[in-house]
This record gives sequence, structure tokens and C-alpha cells, in this order.
Amino acid sequence: MTAIVRLEGATRLYRMGEHTVRALDGVDLEVPEGQYLAVMGPSGSGKSTLLNLLGCLDRPTTGRYWLAGRDVSRLDDAALSRERNRRLGFVFQSYNLIPHLTVLENIEVPLDYAGVAPRTARERSTGLARRMGLGERTDHRPGQLSGGQQQRVAIGRALANDPVVLLADEPTGNLDSATGLEILDVLDGLCAAGRTLIVVTHDPKVATRAHRTIHMLDGRIDREERRA
Amino acid sequence: MRIRRLVRMAWKSLWLHRLRSLLTVLGIVFGVMSVISMLAIGEGVKEEAQAQIRQLGASNLILASVKPPEPEGGNEGNARVLAYGLLRRDLEAIRLAIPEVRHVVPRRDVPVEAWVGHRKVQATCMGTEPEYLAVAGLRLAGGRFLTRTDGAERAAVCVLGAEVARRLFDHRDPVGELIKAGTHTYRVVGTLAARGEGTGGTAGVGGESDMAVFVPLPTLQERTGDLVRVVTSGSMSSESVELHRITVQAVSADEPVVQRVAQALRALIRLRHDRKEDVRLTVPQELLRQARESKRIFTILLACIAAISLLVGGIGIMNIMLATVVERTREIGVRRALGAARRHIVAQFLAETVLLSVGGGALGVGLGLLLPQVVTWTLGMPTLVLPEFLVLAFGISALVGVVFGLYPAARAADLDPVEALRHE
Ligand SMILES: Nc1ncnc2c1ncn2[C@@H]1O[C@H](COP(=O)(O)OP(=O)(O)OP(=O)(O)O)[C@@H](O)[C@H]1O
Ligand SMILES: [Mg+2]
Repeated sequence: MTAIVRLEGATRLYRMGEHTVRALDGVDLEVPEGQYLAVMGPSGSGKSTLLNLLGCLDRPTTGRYWLAGRDVSRLDDAALSRERNRRLGFVFQSYNLIPHLTVLENIEVPLDYAGVAPRTARERSTGLARRMGLGERTDHRPGQLSGGQQQRVAIGRALANDPVVLLADEPTGNLDSATGLEILDVLDGLCAAGRTLIVVTHDPKVATRAHRTIHMLDGRIDREERRA
Repeated sequence: MRIRRLVRMAWKSLWLHRLRSLLTVLGIVFGVMSVISMLAIGEGVKEEAQAQIRQLGASNLILASVKPPEPEGGNEGNARVLAYGLLRRDLEAIRLAIPEVRHVVPRRDVPVEAWVGHRKVQATCMGTEPEYLAVAGLRLAGGRFLTRTDGAERAAVCVLGAEVARRLFDHRDPVGELIKAGTHTYRVVGTLAARGEGTGGTAGVGGESDMAVFVPLPTLQERTGDLVRVVTSGSMSSESVELHRITVQAVSADEPVVQRVAQALRALIRLRHDRKEDVRLTVPQELLRQARESKRIFTILLACIAAISLLVGGIGIMNIMLATVVERTREIGVRRALGAARRHIVAQFLAETVLLSVGGGALGVGLGLLLPQVVTWTLGMPTLVLPEFLVLAFGISALVGVVFGLYPAARAADLDPVEALRHE
């Protein structure tokens, strides 16, 4: 299997005046295509920092990162934006939908940045909204939706440009357990369809569904376990 | 297509805060409105001055008799006769001595009551010569103007100004009818087309012709002599004025020609009316120059006001946009995560600022079209809105949007995506 994501000796330092915080401290990681990876660990262990790096929102201080075979560790901002847009999808804990846009318009944001024609974009966003079970709610604004529904819009939006990796930072963190399970079911569905998933979580239930779980500690991968 | 979407999105987020957006652009609105209004007023004033000067005639120079300041301790005897002003000998001297002159036309004014049956109108009986029609730029409405023969024969004929004709005859044709002016009777031989321009300003030949009864100068002189009786605050006094006006038409309206004639006339007046200050020379062309000069000053002043108000408007917009960027930091982070490059963020915020200022500009143009109308209605001031004012004002407001939008947009684009996502 080819590695969609490959990190080699990735460190991320934050300089805070005199101190230097090692948010990531020499992480090596390979994620093959189609894998469902859960990232766990105590608060401050560097999970979000890792995810930001994998999501091309940030660059490693040292070390290298290949995304789908391409070295992206030294790309400039415009090129990184392009990577995020075409090959990555983000799902956040607090949904992060744009409040004054409707469901469809939210899903169309990445399509717009990809230069997809409005008509094509509308077809695709409608299809995604239906797939996420939001067929009736396409003209609603985020404020009119439940948390679970909002998170489904966010997942639809993350899938808009058919990314090679879907990244999620505590996607169930703001949801009650029943709704959280619903979202996990959606993620399972994506996994079954062959999508590569990387999910940061505190929730052990997620780990039971993932193919593989890594545990972070002080900016390193402390240990990892695989499901048979 | 991209632009349309950009504008639509910008509109959406501005519409979200309608009141704030409106208040934000108020500076631009009033700036643009005042620019257009002031330009319109300036243009109206200029246009009016030019019309007035055109009426006076660009190649004309006008000498008028003016009552000199009262001598010390004067005004004792009631029967005093004050003699001043242009003389018939001045007329001859001008005709003989001044070169580059086409016509020299005298005029003598006597206030009269004009009668037809029981209708009465307060008019000015003007004794003049045939050339007056052309020199003053008057047009006949019917009949004919005065002729040489009229003068030579001391004929009792007259030509009526439009207003006099209307008030005495309504819509009847006055030509051939008799009127009484003071104690004398005249036969109407012609009527003039209306001039209608108020009182004609400084040296106006304008509207005064509407209230005039033109008669041959020799006829008037024979009938009234040189005395004019005037009533000043109850006491009656007499003035002796031979001629009230001499209109000199230069051979061309070229500035050097007119200037030379003006100089020659001034020299002649100085010589013949030494220190009496009873003759005034008006050169319409010089008025035109003055009008242009004051317009220029007005324009500079206006440009400063416009610049300041648009600057203030622009700063207002920038201020709000900076606050908006902070308020929407999270949204910016999300958009960056979804693949927006810096330029997309710049475009988004710039679109909002430009839309704001262009919207404000449009509103300002609308009010700028309205306000001059209101000024004209209420103050009776002439105004004129030229299309280029609108284009100018609109263009400037769009420019203000770009200039003052760039900084907030750059601030938004320079936010670190990770930081922006963590904001709040
Ligand atoms: N911008 C920053 N400046 C300085 N230090 C930072 C910055 N971002 C993260 N850190 C530090 O890096 C370390 C890792 O942070 P990170 O957010 O990755 O933790 P995490 O595992 O996601 O924690 P949590 O479970 O609470 O979300 C922490 O010690 C944090 O204080
Ligand atoms: Mg975190």
C-alpha cells in the first residue's frame, strides 16, 4: 500500500520569549491510503499541532512531510492553500460553519476556491447535502440546525473537493453521545468507501472503530495499537 | 463569473449588518453629495454669469452715467439742479477719437407712466438710435425698430418692450396703436421679443428692455429737454443728464481689441470728466474674466472640501473594516483551512469595502442630483449638474474603497490560519 501521508522527523517549535516549546518532537508517521487513524493523548501532548501540520495549515520547523507523494514541507502559502483546497478536508470540534451562509453555500466554499463553476458547484453541494441526510435543510443557515446536523454539513463541506485525506479534530467533542455516535457512523461510512481518515479524539469509542490508534505524549508518538 | 460571486458574497455579509453598513458609508454619501452639489452650484453661477455677459455682448463696452457723491453741505435749496453724466459732446468725441469701433450708440432714460385707455404701466422711456437693436442683441417680435428717418423727422413713434406690450395690450397686436407716455403720445411701430433675465445685473441691458418704451433720441430730447425730475424721500429735485448710456461696440470680440478700446475710452473719460466720477465704464469681457477667476478659486476650495470629506469617509470605512476583520477572524481561519489563498481573502474584504464605498457613492450621487434641485427651488440659485460630475464623484468613491480597503484586507490575509482558527 502507498503512504498517503508520510512524516519524517517532524518537529514544531514555538518560541515564547526565552523558552522554546517543543509541541512536536521528531515525529515519524506513515498513513497508508484508506486507513482510519485515531490520534489520542493527554491535553497539550501535540495532537492538534500534528493535525495542523498534516493539514498543511502549518509547516514543520524541521523534518519533512510528503502528502500523496509530494514534498509539501517547504511550499509557500499559495501552494499550501492549494493543497488544503484540493487534497485535504477539515472537520472541527465546533463545526466552524460560516453563519451567514446557507447549508449549500457552506458546502460550496471549497468548490468556489477551486474555481468550480457555480452550476457544477450547486449540483455537487446538493448531492453532498443529500448524502449527509440534509436534503430538506439545504436553504437553512447553521443557526437553524442542531449540532449533529451542523457537523454533517461540515463533513459534506470537507468532502466537496474529494480530498485524499479527511482530518478531524475532536469531531464529536461538542455533541451528546447519541449524536456523536451518529457522526462516528458517518465517518465509518466514509472509511468503508475507502477514504483515508485521521481523527484526533479523547473518546475511546473512536479508537474502537479506527484501524489504528497512536498515543501522543510530550510531542512524541508514545505508543500505537492496531485493530485486528 | 468569479466577480459576480464575489460581489454577491460581499453583499450578503454587508446586508447582515445593514444599519452598520449604512452608517459606515454615511461619510462617503455626504462627501459625494456635497461634491456634486457644490460643483452644480458653481457651474450654475458660472453659467448664469456667462449668459448675462453674452447678453451684454462680448464685444461691447458700456459707459453709464452715475450720480456722483453729494458735495459737502449740499442738499439745501429745493430747486437745485444737479448736472452730471455723459454729454452729447462725449458721444461726438468718442465717434471721432476712438479707433476700432463699429457702433457708438447713445441712450437716454426717462421714467414715465405709459397709458393705453385705463391701463397704466410704470416704464422707462428710452431715447436711442436704430443701431441699439443690434448692439444690445435685441430681437423684434413684430413690426420694425426705430429708423434714421424717425430720428430725423422727430417722429412720435415707439417700440415697446415685451412686458410693456403685454401689460398694455394683453395679446392684442400693439403695432399701429397709440400709447401715452407721460404727457406725450406715440404710435407703436414695433414690439420686442422678451429678454426676461431679471434686472440685468451690473450694467444690464438684459431685462430692462422688457420694461422699456424705445423712442427716437431726437424726439425724446425735443419733448423732455435734459431735465429729469426725481423724487427723493419726499423732496423733489431735478437732475440734468444728457445721456444715460453710451454703448460702444468694438470691431471684434478679441480680447486685445476690446482692451485697446477700453483703454482709449478710459483715457477719454479721464480727460473729459476729470475727477467728477460721474461716468462708469463696464467691460463685459472683464466681468467674464473675473467670473472665471472666482470660479477657479471656488473650484480649489471645493476640491479641498471634497478631499477632506472623502478622506474622513474613507477612514470611517477603514475603521469599520478593521473591526470587522477582528470580528471575523474565525471565519477567515475557516476559509483559509478550506483552501483560500491570501489573495482570496484580500479579494473578499476588498470587495466588501469597494461595494460599501460604491454603494455610498451611488447613494451620494442620487442625493447629489436631488440637492441642487432643492437649492434651486428654495434659494432660487441656479444649479447645473454635468454628467462628468457624477462620473467623477462615483470614480473617487470607488477609489476610496480600494485605497482604504487595502490595509484591512491585507491584515485579514496576513492572519496565521492556525491562530485564526483558535480565535475566540
Ligand atoms: N501558538 C502557540 N504558541 C505557543 N505554544 C503553543 C502554540 N500552539 C500550541 N502550543 C503548545 O504546544 C503544545 C501542544 O499543543 P496542542 O494544541 O497540539 O495540544 P493538544 O494535544 O491538541 O491538546 P488538547 O487536547 O488540549 O487540544 C502545548 O504545550 C501548547 O501549549
Ligand atoms: Mg487540540
